[in-house]
Amino acid sequence: MSFGEFMQQLVNGISLGSLYALVAIGYTMVYGILRLINFAHGDIMMLGAYFAFFGYAVFVLPWWLSFIIAIVLTSLVGILIDKVAYKPVRKAPRISALMTAIGVSFFLENFGLVVFGGVPRGFHRPDMFGKLITVGGVRFVSYSIYIPLFTAIFLLLLLFLVYKTKIGMAMRAVSKDMETTRLMGIDVDFVISVTFAVGSALAAAGGIMWAIKFPQINPLMGIMPGLKAFIAAVFGGIGDITGAMLGGFILGVIEIMTVAFFPDFAGYRDAIAFSLLIIILLFKPTGLMGEKIEEKV
Amino acid sequence: MRKLGLWVIVGVLVFGLMGSALAAGVVRLGAVLPMTGAVAAYGQQTWSGIKLAMKLYPTVLGEKIKVVLVDNKSDKVESANAASRLAKEEKVVAVIGAVASSNSLAAGPILEKAHIPMVTPASTNPLVTQGKHYIFRVCFIDPFQGKVAAVYARKVLHAKTAAMLIDRAQDYCVGLANFFKKAFTKMGGKIVAVTYAQTGDQDFTAQLTAIKRKHPDVIYIPNYYTEDALVLKQARELGIKAHFISGDGAQADALWKVGGKAVVGLAFTTHFAEKAVTTKLGKQFVKEYYKVYEKSPPALAALGFDAYMIIRDAIARAKSANPEKIRSALSATKGFKGVTGIINIDEHGNAVKSAVMEKVVWNEKANKGEFKFVTVINP
Repeated sequence: MSFGEFMQQLVNGISLGSLYALVAIGYTMVYGILRLINFAHGDIMMLGAYFAFFGYAVFVLPWWLSFIIAIVLTSLVGILIDKVAYKPVRKAPRISALMTAIGVSFFLENFGLVVFGGVPRGFHRPDMFGKLITVGGVRFVSYSIYIPLFTAIFLLLLLFLVYKTKIGMAMRAVSKDMETTRLMGIDVDFVISVTFAVGSALAAAGGIMWAIKFPQINPLMGIMPGLKAFIAAVFGGIGDITGAMLGGFILGVIEIMTVAFFPDFAGYRDAIAFSLLIIILLFKPTGLMGEKIEEKV
Repeated sequence: MRKLGLWVIVGVLVFGLMGSALAAGVVRLGAVLPMTGAVAAYGQQTWSGIKLAMKLYPTVLGEKIKVVLVDNKSDKVESANAASRLAKEEKVVAVIGAVASSNSLAAGPILEKAHIPMVTPASTNPLVTQGKHYIFRVCFIDPFQGKVAAVYARKVLHAKTAAMLIDRAQDYCVGLANFFKKAFTKMGGKIVAVTYAQTGDQDFTAQLTAIKRKHPDVIYIPNYYTEDALVLKQARELGIKAHFISGDGAQADALWKVGGKAVVGLAFTTHFAEKAVTTKLGKQFVKEYYKVYEKSPPALAALGFDAYMIIRDAIARAKSANPEKIRSALSATKGFKGVTGIINIDEHGNAVKSAVMEKVVWNEKANKGEFKFVTVINP
């Protein structure tokens, strides 16, 4: 493999990884605060992509406006899902919440099949994201710059929200001890609603970016990205936002490089990603950046 | 209260089943089609053809034909479930389906065991009918289709080298790739790169970057339209200028809805082109299809239509709606003048007929792609 081809593959990998990263930071944030693995995250992402699609295709809005409306709508749906599905099992054992999340995931997928139809739809890529760029023989499309850029911006905003604002402080308090936080006079339900709104908004942004890179959307499009983002989040240490981003990038590059160096295994790249998950869980269950689990005496 | 509800459900189910079994004067056919999932467009197209056939030819032997449609969600396991549901619960006498070869391979053995004949409209992999008595098809098979693609690459495009990107999860794609490779190398061409993907993959940049290094004249992508559209889009973005050829799995307007202008120039082998229609039934089909759906008929609709018609023809010749008798009549089908050409069923249950080569071109006025007829290649 020549240096030029290696660089091309690296760019391919980073371009893919930035998408995983974008979906993973929302995934990990909800977990970090609520200790809930929101398996429906990928499907919320699908909703975001569809809302954006309907925004410009049916209501003929400019693309940026339909993207913003889609993100807002999706975060409202996120709050609704929390109120309807997760709130009733808040005090139940954690496994109940996990099962509920899987239920929500299946519900959204089949809801999508019924309402949007099972036929994949073409997603219009705004010109800004579709420009071809060539640098020293390495070719890429402008989304390969915009997606990592947006991921970085969202990451900074999210870090600011969690660590520098009052609501962020409340979120961190909820993640430490929900009951005590309630006793301190903080409206825990409101904090959780905000958490879901932000998580779902990130999912919607991820879904839209996903549809820009792979301009084809269908009601089941969220399943694989959801799982990959989960792997990325676990890889980076689930609950850690920066770790999830790193995990996403690394997963993307590993996937592409597997295909590049072992073309015979190209059909098994998902299997390789999942094997990675198993290996991490076996040897470093807290991930790259994960907190150390300290035994309480 | 809850128990009462349960009994009501049980009651409805029992009566429903009895009702369906007792209904007289109706010939019940089944259809296993991908109405949702990866190849949903094919299910929808096939069903549009079957519905048109039901509208134009609603009866056989003086009885009404009813087609029970079951969605297999483009999935192998769901196809098997659908087949056993049609055989055991719906009590159908013959089945149309499935579309994807891997799905027909999953549904076939179940119907074979239940001794119910199945006619697949579009599964082209040879294994689908191999060694089976109850499985038939109205389409050509992949060895022929792969050969036609190779002839087109060597003789029309004068290609010396070819690369392939194959969806490893589909029996159809793997089979087609092998037959193309065999025919292409036999005619003096050289395969310079073989890469793989999986159904549902969306990123092919790694495979395409590897292919680009070998500078092939032709890239054969015998996959379904969803993957093909994304492959072409990414290939053009990576600056690959080679000719792309695909199989009948590429034919769907989702191709340009997803891939835009990147899919222009893709050539593919297929079963049906309006311009190649010669039979009376074919002309009627084209005319009525425009009338009912207000658009040009896709190949899958034509095949769905033929699958229905050939079963209806078999029932009429057998003078009975008994599955065994339908089977022997189907296997004796000779010179049936269908929409997609003259169909002869050979001893393996395969249809022997010609193939059509089509190409994607861009219609500037309508600002969308369309399929352009290139040539007919006979067996």
